[in-house]
Amino acid sequence: MNTPPTASELNLCLCHTCGLACDLSNRAHQCERCDAPLHYRKINSLTRTWAYLLASLVFYIPANLLPVMNTTMLGSGADSTIMSGVLEFWQHGAWDIALIIFIASIAVPGIKFVALTLLLVTVQRNSQWARKERSKLYRFVELIGYWSMLDVIVVALVAALVKFQALGDIEPRVGILFFGLVVIFTMLSAMSFDPRLIWDTPQNKEQMDDAESH
Amino acid sequence: MANYDNLVICEHCDCVYDKVTLVNYQTSYCSRCDGVLQRFNGLSVEQRLALTFTAAVLWIFANFYPVMSINLQGLKSSATLWDSVLALSVGPITFIALVAAIAIIIAPVFQLLLLMWVLSFALANRRSPAFKSCMRWLETLRPWSMLEVCLLGAMVAVFKLAGLLDVLPGIGLFALAVLSLMMIRLAGRDIRDLWGIL
Repeated sequence: MNTPPTASELNLCLCHTCGLACDLSNRAHQCERCDAPLHYRKINSLTRTWAYLLASLVFYIPANLLPVMNTTMLGSGADSTIMSGVLEFWQHGAWDIALIIFIASIAVPGIKFVALTLLLVTVQRNSQWARKERSKLYRFVELIGYWSMLDVIVVALVAALVKFQALGDIEPRVGILFFGLVVIFTMLSAMSFDPRLIWDTPQNKEQMDDAESH
Repeated sequence: MANYDNLVICEHCDCVYDKVTLVNYQTSYCSRCDGVLQRFNGLSVEQRLALTFTAAVLWIFANFYPVMSINLQGLKSSATLWDSVLALSVGPITFIALVAAIAIIIAPVFQLLLLMWVLSFALANRRSPAFKSCMRWLETLRPWSMLEVCLLGAMVAVFKLAGLLDVLPGIGLFALAVLSLMMIRLAGRDIRDLWGIL
């Protein structure tokens, strides 16, 4: 099957806010239907994606090393990190819950780091390799993005409930802040990446640069 | 200016297609990257507005009734969504309380209010005042509304505490369960169809 024409060949541009195909031949800067700003590609997509990604990688370290929660039961307190929470469930035989938390809190951010790095590097090398699969990978990253917020919600609810002073008390700890920042920055990183770059060839990139610079 | 209303551009790879009319449960995909181009929208404006009001009532239940309550040697404690946000706001981690508040309370309620506003006028076949900014806000809020994550988190919390003490799911949890499923349907992308019909 033939590839359909691309929007940049036809001098069209997709409005990301309302989905209208906008005509760029007379240098429109705004979508005529919803007034949102128009760009051929997301601005500085690669730089922004890298920046957010690196920021979230930095936060990922304290998020996993620092305690996210402090449990005091009958006077004796204990800090727990995300991984120790997973292990605790595992040891008590609740492997299903352990698996949910492990996937949401540790695997999902990990997958996002690897996937986004792979996408960034291949795009920068103008790779033609597995473009369809890379498009799917990007959609997958977008889909799983916010599920990492799970642990933040769990800690919040548990801390709000267990408030019995001396008898038992659960408090959030600073690790959860870093963890939340990891989620936000990986989400911003995925949003800044423009999946259309996967399909751009060096020729139509030049064409677009010309059009933008005029 | 020529009219390109009949075209649809793949947001994943920039391919251009003619719009097609879809019938029940059909979805059209991009032939180059397999991304979704158009999805059948089974809800009329009336149905969507009715469901939005239902969801608003559920939002009230989910926020004003405890999500769950616990019992430890005769001592009782219960927490609403707002209580859990407040629990995060102590000490140096206040910022994460703001994020949680946006994700589970503020973004959903704004989505519902905007939908009610826009759809009420759409019922009379009119664009509401500030239609453009309302529609743009709906797009902006969508990724930050995390009710379904909140639902799973509440269920994990139930299991987490069940080992230590008695846990009783509250009205808020059931309301949250239904509300989060409805939000997926209501605040999804097909609200963009309003641009075409108004």
